[in-house]
Amino acid sequence: MAKFKMHLLVCGGTGCNASRSQEIAANLKSSLKDNGLENEVQVILTGCFGFCEKGPIVKVMPDNTFYTEVKPEDAIEIIMEHVVKGRKVTRLLYTDPENKQHVADSKHMGFYKKQMRIALRNCGYIDPQNIEEYIGADGYTALAKCLGEMTPEQVINEIKLSGLRGRGGGGFPTGLKWEIASKNHADQKYVVCNADEGDPGAFMDRSILEGDPHTVLEAMAINGFAIGATKGLIYIRAEYPLAINRLLVAIDQAHEYGLLGENILGSGFNFDIELRYGAGAFVCGEETALIHSMEGQRGEPTFKPPFPAQSGYNKKPTNVNNVETYANIPIIITKGANWFNKIGTEKSKGTKVFALAGQINNVGLIEVPMGITLREIIFEIGGGIKGGREFKAVQTGGPSGGCLTNKHLDTPIDYDNLIAAGSMMGSGGMVVMDETSCMVAIAKFYLEFTVEESCGKCSPCRIGNKRLHEILEKITKGNGTMEDLDTLTNLGRVIKDTALCGLGQTSPNPVLSTIENFYDEYLEHIKDKKCRAGVCKSLMQYVIDQEQCVGCTACARNCPVNAISGEKKMPHFINTELCIKCGACIEKCKFNAISIC
Amino acid sequence: MAKVKLSESKINKIKEICASFGNKPGEAINVLHKVQGEFGYLPAEVQEVIAQELNVSVAQIYGIVTFYSFFTMTPKGEFPISVCMGTACYVRGAEKVLDEFKRELKIGVGQTTPDGKFSLNCLRCVGACGLAPVVLIGEKVYGRLTPDGVKDILNEYRS
Repeated sequence: MAKFKMHLLVCGGTGCNASRSQEIAANLKSSLKDNGLENEVQVILTGCFGFCEKGPIVKVMPDNTFYTEVKPEDAIEIIMEHVVKGRKVTRLLYTDPENKQHVADSKHMGFYKKQMRIALRNCGYIDPQNIEEYIGADGYTALAKCLGEMTPEQVINEIKLSGLRGRGGGGFPTGLKWEIASKNHADQKYVVCNADEGDPGAFMDRSILEGDPHTVLEAMAINGFAIGATKGLIYIRAEYPLAINRLLVAIDQAHEYGLLGENILGSGFNFDIELRYGAGAFVCGEETALIHSMEGQRGEPTFKPPFPAQSGYNKKPTNVNNVETYANIPIIITKGANWFNKIGTEKSKGTKVFALAGQINNVGLIEVPMGITLREIIFEIGGGIKGGREFKAVQTGGPSGGCLTNKHLDTPIDYDNLIAAGSMMGSGGMVVMDETSCMVAIAKFYLEFTVEESCGKCSPCRIGNKRLHEILEKITKGNGTMEDLDTLTNLGRVIKDTALCGLGQTSPNPVLSTIENFYDEYLEHIKDKKCRAGVCKSLMQYVIDQEQCVGCTACARNCPVNAISGEKKMPHFINTELCIKCGACIEKCKFNAISIC
Repeated sequence: MAKVKLSESKINKIKEICASFGNKPGEAINVLHKVQGEFGYLPAEVQEVIAQELNVSVAQIYGIVTFYSFFTMTPKGEFPISVCMGTACYVRGAEKVLDEFKRELKIGVGQTTPDGKFSLNCLRCVGACGLAPVVLIGEKVYGRLTPDGVKDILNEYRS
């Protein structure tokens, strides 16, 4: 890399890719060529920078200039101004929302200040399709260290000492998991990477696979060495074509360099990795279901024990870890467990990647040390709520998690605190909601998801969640009773206690946590037949304010069912019997004359 | 459901795909991926051939096809539309966008327009939450979509 004076890093993650970042990279390259600079400045299509809100991103190294919302047409200006004349293109710089000043480089952006990138260390920094760049960033040194200087026991001890816990949701200590798998003897063992990221609103695994695939391969090989497995399998969603492609390229390259295959680095250790494709089933994130799916069957979970470490894929001892867990492994080996276990809280070490989404200014992927508070994440990194509205709730842990509220904003985030607050870490989805979200409707939304994704094997999940959903439906239609609230709570607890797998045991969380934290809102739906967020259509009526209305007829013309009548330049009326509450009139009214009550 | 008559060449193609995976029952999901990629969908007649080749019951193949949302037994439109209903898109108004598609195309979720041009589906999170709400038409991603923008996008494909 040394021969280039400057690097232009263009984000090639899914979000930016959809906003034509490939074209940006191509235009940058051709413009460099036009100026005879192609041997001095390099254009690299990297993995995700995390700041998806303002994509596509172009970052200039070494000075960290951070251009946002770049269009393919802007490429020439970046080359002519920044590269040729050394002047930053100020109009493309990030603008601080508070003081409206342009921020010259990423180090001074609120979004990055509190972040600590360990699992994402190479995302947005190296070219994921080029193994030499990964090696240049200390890649595969951890594998070399394990094979050359350590015994399998030492590797397992190092991971145990680091305090790393599974990042897929459960939080089981990784070192312990490896130790159990290593003690079960068999002619063949397997290492499986769980890349079935089914949690809607979470995309960290995909970003790691797209931005730094070699990290996962290296960690799996280390895992194989530690437990005595020679075969690795990556179970990945078929919906992630870009990630699949980059993994296939990476596996080929690792073979070519002798870092996968037989006799790796002359150590006598053999290890190979294959891909297995998921086909869209949330329950397959559960490890026993995942194993059945890999065996070509329906992805239904089975009772544990036996644990996969005893009898997993093809009935052989199998160790399953999540993508983000693996992304932590190589750096723990190179920097040592004692470096890692100083980060984070007492029982949750290291960092966690969160996918920040919803009604927040800076949507994106962030990595923060454990123990940070929700307030820091939402208001400092996330830049606060969109449109200056009020914060209402944050949903963590995806469909299995719960909704946390104002009173939890200053709780340090780690596995145990989140569970104590009635939610969970999950895979790290974090959806922020403001007053425009109805918490009853949100609980219903998640239940809809679990009902659809329940595999149907055990009755608490198959039948119980269906009943929960029906009761929520009833409440949002305005037909709920106080008795329904008790039923929701009781049934929710029973499902938690009796369901077979992780999906069922956590599915009532969104309901229970919203009842706990937003009891008033449930009461309003049941007693006053009101939805304060204006989401539950059955409880709303649209009304035109007779004084505000100027009679422009915009609403009447846009009403799909002709429910609005009135003379030109005279106040209009809505016939509530015809109104289907679609909201088209509100969107068209320029005089704020229509309200929901 | 109407019976689909498979031509000799199509049956051979399916057999070829099964053979490329060694006719192993454990490869059923990979086989189904490949066959759906070839035909666009997996009607019962196709499943029968696969079951025969892998030497398992049709029920077992049918069980897999209906278990996973990626597999479909109805043909998709020329331009398959997928509206993301992941949480991030949902809280940013994906439902309104979906309603608009339904109204414009006069079809429901999981259906195809009579001319075979468009089909409408929901999916859970494509991982482009920064662009929420997101809609996919074929492989093209449309981000930050509002109900107002739906008609314009459809017109791109209608001509």
